[in-house]
Amino acid sequence: MTTHAADTTPMGFGSMRRKEDARFLRGKGRYLDDIVLPGMLHAAILRSPHAHARIVSVDTSAAEAHPKVTAVITGETLTGLGLAWMPTLSHDVQAVLATDKVRFQGQEVAFVVAEDRYAARDALALIEVEYEPLPAVVDATRALDPDAPVIRDDLHKTDNHIFDWEAGDAAATDEVFATADVVAECDLLYPRCHPAPMETCGSIASMDPVSGKLTVYTTTQAPHAHRTVYALVAGIPEHKIQVIAPDIGGGFGNKVGIYPGYVCAVVGSIVTGRPVKWVEDRSENLMSTSFARDYHMHGEIAATKDGTLLGVRVKVLADHGAFNNTAQPSKMPAGLFHVFSGSYDLKAAHCAVTGVYTDKCPGGVAYACSFRITEAVYLIERLVDVLARDQGWDPAELRMRNLVRPEQFPYRTALGWEYDSGNYPQTLRKALDLAGYAELRREQAERRARGELMGIGVSFFTEAVGAGPRKHMDILGLGMADGAELRVHPTGKAVLRLSCMTQGQGHQTTFAQIVAEELGISPDDIEVVQGDTDQTPFGLGTYGSRSTPVSGAATAMVARKVRERARIVASAMLEVAPSDLEFAKGRFHVKGDPAASATMAEIAMAAHSDLELPEGVEGHLDATCVYNPPNLTYPCGAYVCVVDVDPGTGQVAVRRFVAVDDCGVRINPMIVEGQIHGGLADGIGMALMEVLAFDADGNHLGASFMDYLLPTALECPSWELGETVTPSPHHPIGAKGVGESATVGSPPAVVNAVLDAIGVRDADMPLTPAQVWRSMQGRPLRTDVAVT
Amino acid sequence: MQITVTVNGAEYTRDVEPRLLLVHFLRDELGLTGTHWGCDTSNCGVCVVLLDGLPAKSCTVLAVMADGHEVRTVEGLAGTDGSDGLDPVQRAFSDMHGLQCGFCTPGMLLTSRALLDRNPDPSEAEIREAISGQVCRCTGYENIVRAVRAAAERAGTVTS
Repeated sequence: MTTHAADTTPMGFGSMRRKEDARFLRGKGRYLDDIVLPGMLHAAILRSPHAHARIVSVDTSAAEAHPKVTAVITGETLTGLGLAWMPTLSHDVQAVLATDKVRFQGQEVAFVVAEDRYAARDALALIEVEYEPLPAVVDATRALDPDAPVIRDDLHKTDNHIFDWEAGDAAATDEVFATADVVAECDLLYPRCHPAPMETCGSIASMDPVSGKLTVYTTTQAPHAHRTVYALVAGIPEHKIQVIAPDIGGGFGNKVGIYPGYVCAVVGSIVTGRPVKWVEDRSENLMSTSFARDYHMHGEIAATKDGTLLGVRVKVLADHGAFNNTAQPSKMPAGLFHVFSGSYDLKAAHCAVTGVYTDKCPGGVAYACSFRITEAVYLIERLVDVLARDQGWDPAELRMRNLVRPEQFPYRTALGWEYDSGNYPQTLRKALDLAGYAELRREQAERRARGELMGIGVSFFTEAVGAGPRKHMDILGLGMADGAELRVHPTGKAVLRLSCMTQGQGHQTTFAQIVAEELGISPDDIEVVQGDTDQTPFGLGTYGSRSTPVSGAATAMVARKVRERARIVASAMLEVAPSDLEFAKGRFHVKGDPAASATMAEIAMAAHSDLELPEGVEGHLDATCVYNPPNLTYPCGAYVCVVDVDPGTGQVAVRRFVAVDDCGVRINPMIVEGQIHGGLADGIGMALMEVLAFDADGNHLGASFMDYLLPTALECPSWELGETVTPSPHHPIGAKGVGESATVGSPPAVVNAVLDAIGVRDADMPLTPAQVWRSMQGRPLRTDVAVT
Repeated sequence: MQITVTVNGAEYTRDVEPRLLLVHFLRDELGLTGTHWGCDTSNCGVCVVLLDGLPAKSCTVLAVMADGHEVRTVEGLAGTDGSDGLDPVQRAFSDMHGLQCGFCTPGMLLTSRALLDRNPDPSEAEIREAISGQVCRCTGYENIVRAVRAAAERAGTVTS
């Protein structure tokens, strides 16, 4: 269960210490705010105190008179440059700096550039903005009321409606429900929450007035996508833009988007002729950068009276905030939410999603959600529990009975997905065994008899990651493929260049291990380069658990290309036909004559030497690859959570958490387990602590870590992990990705456990002591709006 | 105001604004960027340094308050004798995968060092209590706890 780092470096897959640790342990990481460029200025943003207000006037004269202020940029400045609005990732526009109205509390109004960060902040207080407050749309369920204030008059809209979107077969689903023995339904809110990486977002823009080259150091999970967007937004030729992601202090989806501060930093550098650094503070991070979820769902599940699940249907009201800037494949306005039939063999399923504007920060797809599979898994895993409770069935048995069976793979779901592989019953059985499920139920009965509140929650999830096949998936027209370049140097050391960008996942180690596995070069002898668009091939970056499924596949494929080149060089060295060579343990040898062989280092030197190669074969030992995934990969997992609830206070203590994950082949098991640990903590946070709530005026009630609560070591139990391995049949090394599995799969296990403990059918996250206590009194709170 | 602060064994005298935060003094004045900033409200603990040997959140300490005091940052954790030798806590964090993005790591390392200095054999509960003022978004704390235990079990190599 516990995997330690290996003492030696494996020649391929296996646990090994991370190559990136050496600098982080010594405080020698180089994060955005650690970078100081010559002549660099510092910026700060003035933000709206109102959720919805008309801007009457902006007076910057006092700020401009501040001796340390270099420039003050307003919406009016940007209008003159054609940059007041920027395109979003969802076919909308977002204000860079407000011109006409402010539409959420914390919206960007003015940008001050000064000699130091303290002076920039001082000058914010010198800007006078006159607002005419307007009624705010805070409650998403009221956003489409006929008398609701219209937020997006800039688009000449007459209501707050963004889109309607459906998936699945409505008629077939209705038919299933009409003939079902039993139906359970439930309203479910997945509240607005925030990825809150420990490092906030920021950027340094440096425009070289002589060469016309713009260099942007920035906290980005997708440097190449950012470069293209800068080119499209600012009109700067793409070859004159270099985006560099330095070390990233956690991303979790928060660092996918382009925020107004980044654009303003570029403008600031152009205006001042000096590099401009902008780093948001924590309140800015929580108030103005990508939130997650905010899905109001009404779900129904149908079954036979003997416990066979038949169908699911759901209506969703999606709160997208003031600008539609969700980051997902362009053709999918609800992301991959339509995997909500989950891990079960259903006859039919259907969803209808309506997106609305509210006077809140834009976003919605972030926080390790795999493009809204968090919401999908929460929906189905809560519905299954609600049904089980209604019917008096055991929730684990109900799941086991209805899981897709191993022989059904590849399995086409009622919603059209083709799940690649899995052995779901084995995975669930393993989790139940590890937890001692039957014994836990016995203990629960004993404790209940004594008046103690112990709960057991189960969830089973299927993830869909590795977006994605470019035929179906693009962002702003950019297909979701990723590149890899591998160069083996003459001495047999190598450099691998990738389009993805690590934020703590250990790419420098894992991707070197993939090359090591394929070529027999030690991971210590492989340099992994990421994050610099001038140094790496194009690709869409790291989010949605796509690095291993896409870039990992690209890495394996490019290494295989190099291996085949090496085969030809070796055939010239050993004077045999390429087909007479076999590759094993880092060397080619002649079939039937193991002594006649060449190592990869010997081949590399020969490839760069005067050795005569077959006609048409180039020298050197390198290759490039673009990987276009044929399908998504489908990791799965079974989780069991055990909680104790204090009946007097409603305080939840998570006693145990058992997680059995199947992410296919594990490249570095130590890193895989670390990824799961982190996601499980997220599950505790979302289920019990984290929410971005608002009062009736649109005031943000979670704008600091005093209000937005994150789990610490005291809220987290010692995680108990297990694994099953069903390789992905279409991925070159059978890996499926794991970064977001636990974040996706764990919240319903925690919620199911708490509600099981207190004997309540449903109540919304976060299950704070107040929410648990109120739920026990039959008066659950609405958690996304202020308590009145 | 002129202040003199001993940081990682070396004395630094600087003229600073009275409002300058210790975290900014370390990062911007001394270039010791291993100490990070994360929240402004003393909740996250990525800015933790040792102030006279005890963990302190340097975003909530004014630089002038450190006048005449000793500060130890992550840069002073590995062999201050000029060798590359890591503190056992640093080594254990790598062995047990107690770090991912690395942003909370300096603060976690220093708190762990201070804990082991006063309690060479802490229980899991004591470790969790000690780091409970600091947030890590990556590790779920599991491997941090294991790392501190591993460092403790290498007793005898512990130095302060």
